[in-house]
Amino acid sequence: MKSLRRNLIRTVLTILGLVVGIAAFICVVGVGKAGSAKVEKELQKLGDNMIWIEAGSRATNGVRFGTRETKSLTVEDARAIFAQIPGLKRMSPNVDGRVQVVYGTQNWNTTYRGVAPEYFDIRRWEIQTGTIFTHDDVERDVPVCLLGQTVADNLFPNEDPVGKSIRVQAMPCRVIGVFQPKGASASGWDQDDFVAMPYTTAMKRIGGTSWLDDIFFSGTSRSAIPIATRQAVSLLRERHHLHPEEPDDFNIRSPEDVIRMQLQSSEIFTMLLGTIASLALLVGGIGIMNIMLVSVTERTREIGIRLAIGATEADIQFQFLAEAVAISILGGLLGVIAGMGASSLFQSTLQWDIKLTPQLLVFSGLFAAGIGIFFGYYPSRKASQLNPIEALRYE
Amino acid sequence: MATVNSVTTTNPVETDGRGVPLVEVHDLRKTYQLGETEVHALRGVSVSIHAGDFVAIMGASGSGKSTFMNILGCLDKPTSGRYLLEGVDVSRLTKKELARIRNQKIGFVFQGFNLLGRTTALENTELPMLYSKTNKNDRDRRAREALAQVGLADRADHFPSQLSGGQQQRVAIARALVNQPRILLADEPTGNLDSRTSVEVMEIFQRLNLTGLTIILVTHEPDIAQFAKREIVFRDGQIRRDDVVKVPHMASEVLKTMPTIRD
Ligand SMILES: Nc1ncnc2c1ncn2[C@@H]1O[C@H](COP(=O)(O)OP(=O)(O)O)[C@@H](O)[C@H]1O
Ligand SMILES: [Mg+2]
Repeated sequence: MKSLRRNLIRTVLTILGLVVGIAAFICVVGVGKAGSAKVEKELQKLGDNMIWIEAGSRATNGVRFGTRETKSLTVEDARAIFAQIPGLKRMSPNVDGRVQVVYGTQNWNTTYRGVAPEYFDIRRWEIQTGTIFTHDDVERDVPVCLLGQTVADNLFPNEDPVGKSIRVQAMPCRVIGVFQPKGASASGWDQDDFVAMPYTTAMKRIGGTSWLDDIFFSGTSRSAIPIATRQAVSLLRERHHLHPEEPDDFNIRSPEDVIRMQLQSSEIFTMLLGTIASLALLVGGIGIMNIMLVSVTERTREIGIRLAIGATEADIQFQFLAEAVAISILGGLLGVIAGMGASSLFQSTLQWDIKLTPQLLVFSGLFAAGIGIFFGYYPSRKASQLNPIEALRYE
Repeated sequence: MATVNSVTTTNPVETDGRGVPLVEVHDLRKTYQLGETEVHALRGVSVSIHAGDFVAIMGASGSGKSTFMNILGCLDKPTSGRYLLEGVDVSRLTKKELARIRNQKIGFVFQGFNLLGRTTALENTELPMLYSKTNKNDRDRRAREALAQVGLADRADHFPSQLSGGQQQRVAIARALVNQPRILLADEPTGNLDSRTSVEVMEIFQRLNLTGLTIILVTHEPDIAQFAKREIVFRDGQIRRDDVVKVPHMASEVLKTMPTIRD
C-alpha cells in the first residue's frame, strides 16, 4: 500500500483509464435509464393506444416526404376505416399548418390543428379552463378554438383567454378553452404551441382544402393495434386504387415508432458512451495489469525476502491482489465522482432526467474492484510463483 | 548413528549428542541442469546437528555451502537424500507447511542484509510476525525486544539507508530472532563487514547461542570460524572435515583488543 503512495503520479496515470471508463459507464446507465423512463412517459402523453395515419409515403429510410402535396387522404377514408375495421374505438381527422394568431396588439405564429372532439381523448389533452367543442360545432364549422399553454401565454399575458375573440389568420374565432400544458417532447419541440379547432372550420375557413393531413385512432387495446394497422393499410390501398407494385401514398405509425425515432439520437449517444466506457475500462484494466507487472519485477527481491521469512504463496498473491484492487477502487471512486459530474452536466444541458441510484454507484465501485481482481490476478500469481532463491539473488 | 525417530521431541533444548538431532541430513545431493552439463552442487552430504550447537561451515567458493544452507532453510529441495528437521521428514511437507517452518523454526541472515529499503528498522523486524498472525501490540513489543537484543533499541525508527552496514546486519538478526526460531542460518553474514563489525556480529551470535539457540554460519574467514563450537569444511559438494573447535574464541574478549572506531 505504501508503495502506491510513493508512486503517486504513476498510479494516477494508470487509473485514468479506469476513471474515464467508470464515469462513462455511469453516464451510459444513467442516460439509458432516463431514456426508457422518458419513452414510457412519452407513450403515456402521446396517446391512448394511438394509431396515426399520415398522408404521404415514407421513404425506405423512414424519412417522410411529400406530405403537403399528397391530396389523397379524405374524411371519407377516415370514416370508412373507423366503420369497417374492428379494434378501433375513436377516430379523429386532422389538418394542420402554420398560422398567425392575433389578439389586440399581441401577435403569435403557431400551428393550427383541425380535429374532431375525440382527438383530445386520443392524444390525452386535458382541459385546464373552458370546454372543448362538440360534434355539433364540427357539423356547422363553428369558429371556436382552444389554445395550448404557450399560445395562451403569448396572446393573453394578463387575461383569461376563455370567451375572448382572437383572429386566426383572417378568421375571427372565439376561445372556448385552454389545455393543460404537456411541456417539451422527447425531441425537444414545444407541444403546447398550437391552437385547436373543429377540422371542418380549419378546412373551410383556413386551409381551404378538402383533404386531410392525418387521421388518428385509438385502438381498443394495445394488442389490437397491429391487426388494425394491417387491415387499415389494405383498406386504404383499395380505396386509393393502388396497384400492388405502387408504394403506399400514406404511412401508418404507432407511437412506439415515433418515440423510437425521436430517441434515436440519444440511443446513438448512449452507444457511443458505452463504447467509450468499454474501451476505457479495457485500457484501464490493462494499465493496472501493466503497473502490477512492473511492480512485481521491481520488488522481486522483496518477494524473495518475504518468502524466506515465512510468507506463503497465498500471502504474496493476496498482497499484490490487494494492491491492484486498491488502485482500481481508487479509480472507481474517482470515476463515480467524475460520472456524477458528467451526468449533472448532461442533465442541465440536455434536460435529461438522469437518475443516479445509490445501487448504481455501489455497483460501479464493486465493478472497479472486479476489474482490479481480474487484471491483477495474473501479476499477483506471477509474484507468488517466484523461486525464493532466485528472487533473493535478483539485482 | 542414524537414529530415525518418528516422534518429534518436545524438549526445547537438547543435550549434546543425545536424543533426536535438530537437523539430520543423510546422503544429500543436489544437481543443477545447466543446458547440456550437470552441475553437482552437493554430492552426498550426511551430518547431524544437535540443538544448542554453533557450527561454522567453511569451504572454497562454489563448494556447495549456500546450496546446503538453502536446503536446510527449506527454501530449496534436494535432488535426493533425506532431511529431517526435529525428526520430521521435510520432503513430505506441503509448500504451506514449509512456509510455516521458515516462519516459526528458522531465522535467516544473509550476506547482503536483505532489508526492505523503504521501511524502518522496527517495521523490518516486525515482518515475520505479519505472517504468523501476531496482533499489532505484540508485534511492536516483540520487535522492540529483538532490536534491544542486538543493541539497536534507539534506532527503531531509522530507515536502512540511515544505518551502517553493521547496524543493518543487526536489524536483519533481530528480524531473524523475532519469532523465536530453533535455528539461525547465516550465509556469510560478515562478508560485507569490516573486521571489528564482524566480531561484533559474532559477539551477538555467541550471546544468542548461550541462551540455547542453534546457529549454523557460513564463512570463508578462518578467524570468524574460530568463534563457533564446530567447524565443517566443504569441498566439491562434500564434507571434507568436521571438527570440534577446541577452544572457541570469545568475541567479547577479542573486541577489547580491537581499536574502537564506532560506526
Ligand atoms: N541455480 C543454480 N543453477 C546452476 N548452478 C548452480 C545454481 N546454484 C548454484 N549452482 C552451482 O552449484 C555450485 C555450488 O554453489 P553454491 O552452493 O552457491 O556454492 P558456495 O555457496 O559454496 O560458493 C556452484 O558450482 C554453482 O555454480
Ligand atoms: Mg555462497
